Amino acid sequence: MIDIQIKENTLIPLDCENFVFDDSAGGTVVFVGTVRNQTKGKPVISLEFEAYKPMAIKEMQKIAKVAIEKFQVLKISMHHRVGVLKVGEIPIVIAVSTPHRKAAFKACEFAINTLKETVPIWKKEIFENGEVWVAAHP
Amino acid sequence: MKIRLLAFGIAKDIFNQSELDFEISLGNSISHLKQKLIEQYPEFSKLQSLKFAINEDYQGDDYVIKQNDEVVIIPPVSGG
Repeated sequence: MIDIQIKENTLIPLDCENFVFDDSAGGTVVFVGTVRNQTKGKPVISLEFEAYKPMAIKEMQKIAKVAIEKFQVLKISMHHRVGVLKVGEIPIVIAVSTPHRKAAFKACEFAINTLKETVPIWKKEIFENGEVWVAAHP
Repeated sequence: MKIRLLAFGIAKDIFNQSELDFEISLGNSISHLKQKLIEQYPEFSKLQSLKFAINEDYQGDDYVIKQNDEVVIIPPVSGG
């Protein structure tokens, strides 16, 4: 079972956790991404996330399907937030449940790593004296 | 033929808008479009990567663009 959402308001990790809990699961792993207060020593004020929403949802669904096949995932929930986020806020939550814990760790890491490579979502870091689209330039 | 380009992230900043009508020739592929874009907006050549999505799926350089395709410029993604 798959739960994919792109939301404009606060993400609640427990929502993802509750979705993936399953009687046949031996373990659930939840990854919570948070906005860090600095990048290479420069204080970050906020991050702005933008998504090409219909495709982002499709790409997240693809990741979920691969995770299910590859790591025997029982349930997976991926929530991504868009808009302006302050330091400490949560842009991403991924929860997976599997029969044995090892696969849950692997599946969760696979999901976040792949999301960062393929899902059309962009973040801009806003500093005191400027802003930059993350990863845009070499 | 005229196509409508959608732009996100830094691509939107390069265009100064999120949608743009762009002229390409019939039978042009994504690689032609990329070349023309870079000619008119050299900033695109400085990006780490430049991909394209057609109708919500990634497509490679050889894809031939059709009149009503939804063409989206995908600069380096940075979600998560």
